[in-house]
Amino acid sequence: MARSATRPSDVISRSARDEQRGGVSRKRGRRVSAERPALLEARDLARHYRVSRGYLRGHAIVRALDGVSFTLAEGRTLAVVGESGCGKSTLARQVTMVEAPTSGRLLLDGIDVAQAGANARKRLRPDVQMVFQNPYASLNPRRTVGALLEEPLVIQRRGSAAERREAALAMMAKVGLRTEHYGRYPHMFSGGQRQRIAVARALMLRPRLVVADEPISALDVSIQAQVLNLLLDLQQELGVAYLFIAHNLQVVRHIADDVMVMYLGKAVEQGPKEAIFAHPRHSYTRALLASTPSLRRSRPTRI
Amino acid sequence: MNELVVIEDLHVDFGTRARPLPAVEGLDLSIGEGEIVGLVGESGSGKSVTALALMNLVDFPGRVRVRRMSFAGRDLARIPDRERRALAGRDIAMIFQDPLGSLDPCYTVGYQLGEAIGLHGHADERVSAAARRERALALLREVEIADPAARLSAFPHQLSGGMAQRVMIAIAIAGRPRLLIADEPTTALDVTVQAQVLALLMRLRRERGMALLLITHDLAVVAETADRVVVMYAGQVMETGAVPTIFDAPLHPYTQALLDALPEHNLDRARLRTIAGVVPGAHDRPSGCLLAPRCAFAVDRCVAERPGIGAFGDATVRCHFPLGAR
Amino acid sequence: MRETSAPHPNPLSAARGEGAPSRFGEFWRAYAQNRGAVAGLLIVGALIALAIGADVIAPHPPHEQYREFTLAPPVWHAGGSLRFILGTDPVGRDILSRLIHGTRLSLLIGAISVAISLTLGAVLGLVAGYFRGLVDTAIMRMMDVMLALPSLLLAIAVVAILGPGLVNAMYAIAIVLLPHYVRLTRAAVLAEAPREYVTSSRIAGAGALRLMFATILPNCAAPLIVQATLGFSNAILDAAALGFLGLGAQPPTPEWGSMLASALEFIQRAPWVVTFPGLAILVTVLAFNLMGDGLRDALDPKLRRSTA
Repeated sequence: MARSATRPSDVISRSARDEQRGGVSRKRGRRVSAERPALLEARDLARHYRVSRGYLRGHAIVRALDGVSFTLAEGRTLAVVGESGCGKSTLARQVTMVEAPTSGRLLLDGIDVAQAGANARKRLRPDVQMVFQNPYASLNPRRTVGALLEEPLVIQRRGSAAERREAALAMMAKVGLRTEHYGRYPHMFSGGQRQRIAVARALMLRPRLVVADEPISALDVSIQAQVLNLLLDLQQELGVAYLFIAHNLQVVRHIADDVMVMYLGKAVEQGPKEAIFAHPRHSYTRALLASTPSLRRSRPTRI
Repeated sequence: MNELVVIEDLHVDFGTRARPLPAVEGLDLSIGEGEIVGLVGESGSGKSVTALALMNLVDFPGRVRVRRMSFAGRDLARIPDRERRALAGRDIAMIFQDPLGSLDPCYTVGYQLGEAIGLHGHADERVSAAARRERALALLREVEIADPAARLSAFPHQLSGGMAQRVMIAIAIAGRPRLLIADEPTTALDVTVQAQVLALLMRLRRERGMALLLITHDLAVVAETADRVVVMYAGQVMETGAVPTIFDAPLHPYTQALLDALPEHNLDRARLRTIAGVVPGAHDRPSGCLLAPRCAFAVDRCVAERPGIGAFGDATVRCHFPLGAR
Repeated sequence: MRETSAPHPNPLSAARGEGAPSRFGEFWRAYAQNRGAVAGLLIVGALIALAIGADVIAPHPPHEQYREFTLAPPVWHAGGSLRFILGTDPVGRDILSRLIHGTRLSLLIGAISVAISLTLGAVLGLVAGYFRGLVDTAIMRMMDVMLALPSLLLAIAVVAILGPGLVNAMYAIAIVLLPHYVRLTRAAVLAEAPREYVTSSRIAGAGALRLMFATILPNCAAPLIVQATLGFSNAILDAAALGFLGLGAQPPTPEWGSMLASALEFIQRAPWVVTFPGLAILVTVLAFNLMGDGLRDALDPKLRRSTA
């Protein structure tokens, strides 16, 4: 994937990343030196919650994630599809290292996130960022757009104040915001614009992987198209990989390279998108495809 | 088909009298007996406000002006308040987007159903608790809830989204309404549950002859369920037409653009076709056609003069240069 | 069931983008709608002005005793004079001047007690709400114990330990007010901490300290501001009560409560000595309460709107 010409903002992130990579050791070298391990790899990833059933009635175990395995290569898009309770939000929390898995391995660039210490996780953080579903809740209402975009750089101590401001303005231009938006507060923007701000913020650290948790579900149809195009353009330009969580199969069809269908914490089917859409094998996948309303059929089929 | 609902020239304004902010402007809408009408539009199109105006739920600072708003022949704007309230609950019912938010969390399902039956049911149901319970069970069975007796004593937070929406539908049809207004009834639900709820609504229409005003932003849902579609933009009606004609050959550029933006109509392209720009805000409404700043076909006349509604056979369209007539 | 998508779009808020008024402008418009709140604000402003300019505004020094004019009545009574507009107290000090200087003390007591209480309470509440678990339990049980004791008795106990005096009275009041701020902050933190913008900052790499103070705390500010304003009036009342009991400000300090205490025996003979300090307390407390109510009304819907 071609990268754009060097800009001050790139200098900030690239030098910081080189700094990080220098100290990180590769745990596995099973491949030939020309190949690298997949960007993200999950093996039997599981996350269980113990839920109290009430006083003196012991605990129940909720298996939010029950043994999920997949790989995601650099610059590709893996769509995770499922309904509520399937575990996709839990998966997002595991991949962004907000929670630790109960069992299984999650390998980010070859490093096992679960086994790694807090320091290693801290170094990996800038590589994985997230865009949330609700544009009205995912931006700190007390911060201006400029402050929101610069905050990741401030936290990671990258660049001077002037360099950070320049990086923020450059990113704003990339996502289609105007310079005068720099000093405004989130509540002055529409849902689609807020989602652009969220995408811009996620990309400030030049992550290699962006977890997008239903980023366009809450938007109007025409705005969905705009934001989807934006995500595709940014992937082209920056080579970022997406873990795209969605429930709208039509959208998935457009943006995904590979698809993973989840049900009750397990991945019931996964593969390249053409295969999934053309020949769904699992009954749940077929049920999802059948229930998705479309302008082509006349009446829905019952499950 | 008999016209159950006729709305002529509806205006709903917010803001002050000096600087009104129009939410709905010059809307004409009619719904026939047993007809399913889809009211489609994006945020700020005024579709929800229209439904609220019909149900007399627009509060201060909103102001409603309408030439005629008749239901089953009676002009709602001119009858006394008490009659209108009785009409609103019994003959017109409404369900909303968030079922768990619409049910009172402090009372059981049985209590809330019983309340609706007691207010709007037949005389014997209003009086006898046993009759109410019978009717409640019958209603829950009709909305396909398994084990209705157990559900009667459940609280709303114990229900899933789909089940809560079915309970809402049960409460709504307790009064045997002739029109059910559904404001984004399935947007907050999973896609498989959405399919079930839509099928339920269609079945109720078939069995009870109930008309349905389905308000949504999801064109695909409307394509699968509605008989007729009304497309709104920034408070005005842009196009009305029958399904599937309106989707096969839309007359208004906005309808066409909405269809073009759907991923399923962009399978051959890497980037989706979009509508440039944003919906006009409260302070920058164009004096000409509302879509002109964003329309690919806009010319000088569109910017200068606001188009009126014109008829094209069964369909109507608000455009100086409708797509079909080129 | 997945999260509800965008909230029901308010026609008024559709696409507000350009040309929107500033946050303060919006806040002021909401606040000014409540006339009582504006009145409260004006009175508080006047009190602050009185406190700052006390040396200049007051006609007499507060400690100066005019032995020939003890218990002189106010100017509208027979025997009153313009020299002592509100009369004099039993040892001949001008009541008006003492009231004006007392404003300085009351506002100072209110400000310092609330400041100490608010700071300490916010920090404790933040820590309790953010870390949960054992820390949370320990802090909240401690606060429960403090709340179980009647506030005045608690204040008296603290002053009894530390010794009477204005400064110690301030500490006592701060301690008494503390649990309210802790609970309020903790509740606000519990509501804000799971929200997505906090997770977003955590994913960007923010540590606990930054999350607590830079991300969460500013979003909990509104209820704290309201409580602080109302706490002002609580503090003044408590200080007056302590002063009345002789545990707060010591004579000859012109603090309103102690002025009340030393004049109680004259309530029949020279009621003005008691009435005016009492009125001063009443007006001040009322003004702060009105202001606090107005703040709450103005900040709450705005908070809901901007974080909807």
